[in-house]
Amino acid sequence: MPWTPSTPRPRRCPVRGDGALEQLKREGRIVVVGASLAGLRAAETLRAKGFEGSLTMIGDEPGEPYDRPPLSKQVLLGKARADRTALPRLRSVDATWRLGVPAAGLDMAARRVRLADGDEVPYDRLLIATGVRARPWPREEEAELDGVFVLRTRDHGAALARRLADGPKRVLVIGGGFAGSEVASACRERGIPVTVAERGASPLVGALGGVIGAVSAGLHREHGVDLRCGVMVTALEGDASGRVRAAHLSDGSTVETDVVVVSLGALRNTEWLAGSGLGAGPRGIACDAGCRAFDIRGIVTDDIYAAGDVARCPHPLFGYQFLSLEHWGNAVAQAGIAAHNMISESTDRLPHMEVPAFWSSQFGVNIKSVGVPSMGTEILIAQGSLESRRFVGVYGYQGRVIGAVSFDHGRWLPFYQELIESTAPFPPSFPTVDRHPDGQRPMDADFPDPSVPSHGPTVTLSGYSPADRRITFIPAH
Amino acid sequence: MVRIAVDLNRCQGYAQCAFLAPEIFTMHGDEALLYDPEADEAQRAKLAQAAAACPVQAILVDAVDAVDAVDASAEAVSGAR
Ligand SMILES: Cc1cc2nc3c(=O)[nH]c(=O)nc-3n(C[C@H](O)[C@H](O)[C@H](O)COP(=O)(O)OP(=O)(O)OC[C@H]3O[C@@H](n4cnc5c(N)ncnc54)[C@H](O)[C@@H]3O)c2cc1C
Ligand code: SF4
Repeated sequence: MPWTPSTPRPRRCPVRGDGALEQLKREGRIVVVGASLAGLRAAETLRAKGFEGSLTMIGDEPGEPYDRPPLSKQVLLGKARADRTALPRLRSVDATWRLGVPAAGLDMAARRVRLADGDEVPYDRLLIATGVRARPWPREEEAELDGVFVLRTRDHGAALARRLADGPKRVLVIGGGFAGSEVASACRERGIPVTVAERGASPLVGALGGVIGAVSAGLHREHGVDLRCGVMVTALEGDASGRVRAAHLSDGSTVETDVVVVSLGALRNTEWLAGSGLGAGPRGIACDAGCRAFDIRGIVTDDIYAAGDVARCPHPLFGYQFLSLEHWGNAVAQAGIAAHNMISESTDRLPHMEVPAFWSSQFGVNIKSVGVPSMGTEILIAQGSLESRRFVGVYGYQGRVIGAVSFDHGRWLPFYQELIESTAPFPPSFPTVDRHPDGQRPMDADFPDPSVPSHGPTVTLSGYSPADRRITFIPAH
Repeated sequence: MVRIAVDLNRCQGYAQCAFLAPEIFTMHGDEALLYDPEADEAQRAKLAQAAAACPVQAILVDAVDAVDAVDASAEAVSGAR
């Protein structure tokens, strides 16, 4: 009988004729580069899905995988120690751990990862989860002054927490994104004077726009932060013993400070892949919706996968543009998908379609977002009010709901996530019980011109081309 | 040591955990949850209770026992083959 679309296709035998997949699952070699959140969760998923072969975890940090979000919250508040945020183990991964040594190169043809100590590790499947690092203060000499910090690793967290415990005279935070705002919040809670210098019109403006940014500015000021917006730090000055003592600002003012926290966003850890032929660059590693990495020709590889902060991946809900996300939940979800797909037949692979979600807490307020607020052009305060700082703001883009943010209204977000998933019309047509008069009409969400972002938003739309190596963010500091 | 992480995307701030294991979980403001990422072994039972009571199952706790966890770090041969 000829096959027509209405007759069911004959079912394929689940084990391929050559048994290659079964063999991979039984005795294959999987190598994970980047032993942090995404790497660990992928390893656990591989074992959970029956991978019995050898698993090697390569990580340049010395210790076992740990959680980063507490570093700017509990740890800086003095409520937890930086060396005690190791990630819970959801199952045994039975891996060989190669820690404290970075991967330095990739030979795609020979299927080998080269380590900085010269060793080579062969693989059948490779997962790249090398994440991002903190963007350093661009002037090296000033960055090396005693008292100048960034915050990305456990060591950074420990060093900064120690300095805060010493009771500094004043902390200067450069950059008012989520991380910078959390640092400022922790300082104020500990009674430490703090100045925040933000190039944009308000804190969080790059991630959430000016309407919400103004609320955030109010929070900073109400909690005693000396908030300076629309300014850049032009230079850091040290004393004779090499300790930072002051910062000079573009408006001609000077801030006397003994601790500076540089919070200017992140750089993707892709340098080690330079020249490998993989589609990796300053914007991350381009992969398909199934987490398979592209090579620089735009052809998808079959054995190399990427997950977490380092990956950028097309998302059907957001015009199939490549999305880069620096979100905990994305790293977990993407790692799970990558691990599943690495050991699945092509027809059994799953797409990474999680709706982006993020949380932060600062100045006692729980901030959560879903979708891609930074894509929104309009915002409607659908519940609560900006004045009370308890609200849900819904972002609209070309007549549909594209994102939402809540301040102390987190339990409503799943509802808005559904609107995003179903591409519901914007402004939303439903009435809400606690909508204020100022929430009847959408307003301009007031995002800064994307060519001059104030600080890296944690969600970035990075175009369509897998081989795209441009960077749009030009640090002004 | 029992290791803890909370998926705060899921957490709805219902505070059941803060009620059941106040040594580990506290509310910070109206809705934000603060927790101790590594609790003492003595807290394990309470922690398990809190994790089970969380209505959205947001609390992730070590499932591999402490011995395994030590093994994991012993495996961590820095730079060695
Ligand atoms: C202070 C702070 C607070 C945060 N708060 C929140 C929050 O409130 N909510 C939220 O959603 N997200 C938050 N995040 C973001 C979240 O932690 C990240 O999204 C998550 O860690 C990403 O995991 P990952 O495994 O992809 O990358 P990473 O955690 O960056 O891990 C990558 C690992 O790879 C290693 N590596 C890099 N290059 C190499 C190499 N060549 N060879 C070997 N190893 C290499 C790195 O050293 C690192 O250990 C926060 C991050 C920080 C730093
Ligand atoms: S019980 Fe669950 S939802 Fe409630 S505060 Fe604790 S973690 Fe969050």
